[in-house]
Amino acid sequence: MLILDCPYCGVRCDETELTPGGEAHLTRHGPGSDDADFERYLFQRRNPRGVHLERWRHAYGCGKWFHAARHTVTMQVFGTYPAQTTEPPADIVERIRASDPDWTFGDDT
Amino acid sequence: MSDHATPLAQARSDGYVTVAEDAPRDMIQLKGDLSDPGLADAVERIAHAAMPGPLGLSTSDSAWIAWMAPDELLISLARGQGADALSSLSRAMGDRHHLALDVSDMRAAIRLEGAAVREILAKVAPIDAVTLPVNTVRRTRVAQVPAALWLSGPRTAHVICFRSVGRYVFDLLSLSARRGGEIGAF
Ligand SMILES: [Zn+2]
Repeated sequence: MLILDCPYCGVRCDETELTPGGEAHLTRHGPGSDDADFERYLFQRRNPRGVHLERWRHAYGCGKWFHAARHTVTMQVFGTYPAQTTEPPADIVERIRASDPDWTFGDDT
Repeated sequence: MSDHATPLAQARSDGYVTVAEDAPRDMIQLKGDLSDPGLADAVERIAHAAMPGPLGLSTSDSAWIAWMAPDELLISLARGQGADALSSLSRAMGDRHHLALDVSDMRAAIRLEGAAVREILAKVAPIDAVTLPVNTVRRTRVAQVPAALWLSGPRTAHVICFRSVGRYVFDLLSLSARRGGEIGAF
């Protein structure tokens, strides 16, 4: 069972109070984009054994979407952060690197 | 004039904690920028209670204000006061970007009384019922449906949920409070 802190309302949430939203930090490729980019945007998702950045929604609570960084094998949670960003904040990156020194953002395929 | 029907027809169940439908109240949902002093002013003027902080519940003699989300409040007033309060709220909010709605008939409200209220909440919701402070609103899941709950004292808890699932939540809480089901963990 995952327990995540909602960065908007501060509630410590049980996984069953949340809705999973899949991989975070996707770049949207809309109409007019290259077929390969469009396909990747619609269908291709990272599914790493290791560090993963995900979207979650506090569905049974404040209703906000947020991001979470966690390890899919150890289930360690590195932290949660607001969704109004295109990359994980420095403190989250630091905590990830403490357990996986080689990790870099965008390179967890 | 016909009487206003409440969602649970004043249902009541006496177990080791008493579960009963709360008296009907008017409710206003307000969405907007909660950090705006103008919004706080408008809200305090209709509820005569202080603007609550995050997850907080503030009360006056006849009203309460619950913090529901970073951009949402639920204001509860005595039955019959909602319509007037809503129009003064809308007037006070003026051109501010906001949404104010009369949601008086949207929810069922249930009150739990007894020494073991925290235990009943712990049975049905994935919350830390041991550390939940009084007058802290926890929006969560009650078994299979969304609800908001809070303690107004050491022996009193309140649960609100959508009217359509009011009977489900009432039955669930009554069953959880049935004599013989005491755990004694609290
Ligand atoms: Zn939240």
